[in-house]
Amino acid sequence: MESFWARFALRLWVVLILLFLFLPLALIPLYAFNSSNIESWPLAGLTTKWFTTTWNDPDVQTGFALSLRAGLTATALALVLGSCAAFAIHRMTFFGRDVVSLLFVLPLALPGIVTGLALNSFFHFTGISLSIWTIVVGHTTFCIVIVYNNVLARLRRTQGSLIEAAMDLGANAFQTFRDVTLPLIGTAIVSGAMLAFALSFDEVIVTTFTAGAQNTLPMWIFGAIRLGQKLPEVNVVVSFVILVTIIPVVIAARLTGGSGIARTTTAR
Amino acid sequence: MAIHSREARHGASAKSALRPPALRLEGVRKSYGHVLAVAGVDLTVQEGEFFTLLGPSGSGKTTLLRLIAGFERPDAGTIELAGRDVTSTPPHLRQTNTVFQDYALFPHMTVADNIGYGLRIKGIPKAEREERVQTALSMVRLAGLDKRKPNQLSGGQRQRVALARAVVNEPEVLLLDEPLGALDLKLRQEMQLELKRIQQKVGITFVYVTHDQEEALTMSDRMAVMADGKIEQIGPPVEVYERPATEFVAGFIGISNVLERNGIRFVVRPEKLHMLEEGQEPRSGMTVESGIVEQVVYVGMSTRYIVRLDRGEQLVAVRQNMDAPGQALRYEGRRVRLAWVPGHTYVLDHQRARGESALSEHDTEER
Repeated sequence: MESFWARFALRLWVVLILLFLFLPLALIPLYAFNSSNIESWPLAGLTTKWFTTTWNDPDVQTGFALSLRAGLTATALALVLGSCAAFAIHRMTFFGRDVVSLLFVLPLALPGIVTGLALNSFFHFTGISLSIWTIVVGHTTFCIVIVYNNVLARLRRTQGSLIEAAMDLGANAFQTFRDVTLPLIGTAIVSGAMLAFALSFDEVIVTTFTAGAQNTLPMWIFGAIRLGQKLPEVNVVVSFVILVTIIPVVIAARLTGGSGIARTTTAR
Repeated sequence: MAIHSREARHGASAKSALRPPALRLEGVRKSYGHVLAVAGVDLTVQEGEFFTLLGPSGSGKTTLLRLIAGFERPDAGTIELAGRDVTSTPPHLRQTNTVFQDYALFPHMTVADNIGYGLRIKGIPKAEREERVQTALSMVRLAGLDKRKPNQLSGGQRQRVALARAVVNEPEVLLLDEPLGALDLKLRQEMQLELKRIQQKVGITFVYVTHDQEEALTMSDRMAVMADGKIEQIGPPVEVYERPATEFVAGFIGISNVLERNGIRFVVRPEKLHMLEEGQEPRSGMTVESGIVEQVVYVGMSTRYIVRLDRGEQLVAVRQNMDAPGQALRYEGRRVRLAWVPGHTYVLDHQRARGESALSEHDTEER
């Protein structure tokens, strides 16, 4: 009997935690269908009119386009730089390797407001005007870390003798990379990219300091809430952002066997 | 086995008159930082030979294998494959293939793709490639498993795939790095015979690294015993076992009974010792010494008797368990006489020539 109650209590606790984590998230998509523009229970009625309104809002359109472009560019850059960094750290031993490794990961640990402020000062100092490119630079700093960590973890789990086996069988450096290395770390690279994109797509703090006149989608949300305008549209956009960020994270978790890919980074 | 290997060697030397040796190392040295892993090795392996590098861990045998494969560059010395200097040739351009200790099968490829990889890289047409892969598969008795992935195979099967993947390329020299180390005893013994069979069938030169003396004795045509990055002795198993060149070799291969009589150090192997019962007389010409049985160790097929001689040394004698079970144990604590034919002992010449200081130390002890 004891064990029954212990199990029951444990299950109840798990359910409560899940509700605590996800109930607020579930509320937003629900409000997106609310026919009244005032958020109150019970819902006044169900409608899809806000979706049409949001879709036709030019501010949302430009915000979405900017978020998408910045996210994809930052991800692409992070993919190349992060993978290269992971290879270098894995393959080579040199003086100060651990320090360099730490420096790669540091941008993730730094508070976004520090990264943002530092970049903002730097752009002012060098006279670079804020644009999509400054957003991309800001996002790339933390996207690199995601790709780097993912690829490095996979490389460390991969048998070193596989590379030697390929060379031993006559493969040159390029063939070894194409036939052995890439297939083995491919899913790690893709999942790193997915997570990096998800992270970039909903980033606010660094973006605030590095964006010019244009708003990204999260910044548009931020502004709309502060001004208390277009709240029904905000619910639609937020629902969309949740979807866009969850899908890559789920895919990433699938690709890496669902292990160790906690999106701890969203805390920033 | 011994007869066969002698034939094999004669065959090889007859060929070598026409062709250069499959592998030749000269003055090969390699150090990592301050650690000298290979301290000047000279070695010649003839075509078709099963050559074993035997030594304890840290003796430099695996480093030597990696130097031959090209994964490491020597600090000094030359490496020749079939008469060609490959000292600075990268691994992918060397006519060697390796069977790795952890097998190193590509996990994302099927068995057939693993085995065919070397041929694919060389640009062998698909039809020929598939045929050779199938031949290799049936050679290692894995026909029908070509579509499997490595993680769907047992340890022994993976081992065979690794072997097939290397042999299918018909390398000048096949390098095997403790390939049976991860298998259990029974499977290991089966694979020893299997490896030997395959080697004789394909006629490829094998260079085999192991720390297992039994493996080395069972399979090799010739073997090199290594210690501290140097070769202690090279020769056929019979010679290395019966006439060890150094005390290290005597101790590493089999149980060594080293005695010193009249300033001469020599080895008596345990199986050459006759343990005489009371009243039993030694055959004429035998040397006899008496002592007490300190310990009796039952090892299944045979029993080991650890005897303390009256002169102070400890000897190990081995007897087959031909008597009724449990009979051996009654010897514990008894006085026995050990007898051996002087011709069956082997004088540690090398040791004597090497260190006079060692001898003089013993002299002082005796005084």
